[in-house]
Amino acid sequence: MAQGAVAAGTQYDYDIVKRFAIMALVWGVLGMMAGTYIASELAFPFLNFDIPQITFGRLRPGHTTMVIFGFGGNALFATSYYVVQRTSQVRLWGGGLASFTFWGWQAALVIGVLGYLNGITDAKEYAEFPWYVDVLITVVWVAYFVVYVQTLRRRSQPHIYVANWFYLTFILATAILHIFRNLAVPVGLFHPESYSLYAGVQDAMVQWWYGHNAVGFFLTAAFLGMMYYFVPKQAGRPIYSYRLSIIHFWALSFMYMWVGGHHLHWTALPDWTSSLAAAFSILLLMPSWGGMINGIMTLSGAWEKLRTDPIMLFLITALSFYGMSTFEGPMMSLKSVNALSHYTDWTIGHVHSGALGWVAMVSFGSFYHLIPRLWETRLWSTRLVYVHFWLATIGIVLYIAAMWVSGIGQGLMLRAFDDYGNLAYTFIESVQFMHWPLVVRALGGVFFVSGILLMCFNVYMTIRTAKQEHAALEARIAAKMAKVGA
Amino acid sequence: MFEWLSHMENTKPLALVIFFVTFVGVILYVFSGRKRAERMESYKNIPFLDDEKVALDRAGETADKDQDNG
Repeated sequence: MAQGAVAAGTQYDYDIVKRFAIMALVWGVLGMMAGTYIASELAFPFLNFDIPQITFGRLRPGHTTMVIFGFGGNALFATSYYVVQRTSQVRLWGGGLASFTFWGWQAALVIGVLGYLNGITDAKEYAEFPWYVDVLITVVWVAYFVVYVQTLRRRSQPHIYVANWFYLTFILATAILHIFRNLAVPVGLFHPESYSLYAGVQDAMVQWWYGHNAVGFFLTAAFLGMMYYFVPKQAGRPIYSYRLSIIHFWALSFMYMWVGGHHLHWTALPDWTSSLAAAFSILLLMPSWGGMINGIMTLSGAWEKLRTDPIMLFLITALSFYGMSTFEGPMMSLKSVNALSHYTDWTIGHVHSGALGWVAMVSFGSFYHLIPRLWETRLWSTRLVYVHFWLATIGIVLYIAAMWVSGIGQGLMLRAFDDYGNLAYTFIESVQFMHWPLVVRALGGVFFVSGILLMCFNVYMTIRTAKQEHAALEARIAAKMAKVGA
Repeated sequence: MFEWLSHMENTKPLALVIFFVTFVGVILYVFSGRKRAERMESYKNIPFLDDEKVALDRAGETADKDQDNG
């Protein structure tokens, strides 16, 4: 076994991990509440209240930014800084620089989201930040890369554990995506708007090269890094096959970059481009399922943990949703299926089965493992973790089932013709049909938000209990020392 | 040569061949050789090595405390 010399008494930097973990939950609550609100606006439009700042168009990029970059981004910073230290058995490099990544990232989010609410946006999905926030993110990201690589360079362990490979490819790919998607010339130094380098169909292709790889490298590869550390740790047994994890890594890295074009079937994009993207999307099913099986089979021989450990439930359910959404995605990338599913709520349901079912669930499971260890205590309530799990699961099922009904119905209605070749339904008829599914979707969101609120309460009580325990311990030690001194 | 590379109809299949061969090479490397397989599978225990270290550190701290108390 490869085992490096471990310096005794190595101290890890947990403060930075704690800060990112707490902010992940804060952004998670804000982002998911915003999401539930805009879902309710679609079902009940009066909720716009004619206030521009809270209309769907402005709040929606706020929602996606807060959940993807706020919740997801902070969770990835927290877990990557934790995992790189624990698997390299070395303290995080660059205390001040790591701290800068924290404050810089939070500043970018606050400036960006407040800007969206006031109508300042680049209007590129998931890349809505104006140019000055893009510059700030670039600086923060370079700092993140330097901190991560320098920590790895100082590792005590000769081999770099595979979770770090996934985190590193996420950092590198996100840098490339962010820079090339946001190449633009500002209108002026004190002007929030800018001219993009791309136009027309070229802009669309760059947009979905960026957009789908944000899913691939930010929301998949990075969270797989999380999975490859926290699933084995929580299960108390190593990953099923290390060699399979290597193939999983390289296959994802080779294939993901090609698939963005499947967002542009039946458009002005050259046909071969979107067909190639569809072919790679189908190929991606194999590594995705290989990784899912690798994670789930880690429990092989210890399935009873699913009956006794709610954290394991979160992690294994997350992997199941990963498997489900990575099957649904390639299917939707087929041109014939896409003709029905595109521009409908089916796409929204698919995204959320990945975002809620995979990304959020694996993050919740990892945090329930991580937070007691950071504060050196036990979780305040395991029962609440169970309640959270069922609230989240019911919420997701309601959400995606409602979106299947809404999306497939919407797609069928918009494509239906009568005997004379006229459209069989008016647009407003499809909107009326979607009303109840949209109500159920909003209800699913309420379930999911209730779950994360419970989690925040549980985490707050865990931290409070930890502080009380430490204070009591210190008081006992002080009393003992005073006794010995006397 | 540069002229040949500048044509997309040449570079696309070339890129495909390079990526495919590299990927097959990775698969062959990872799944061939018994010793290599054993070595690679041993890496799966890395997340747990740290626990051993922490346990050893704690055992050391406990021993130190016992000595202090004694």
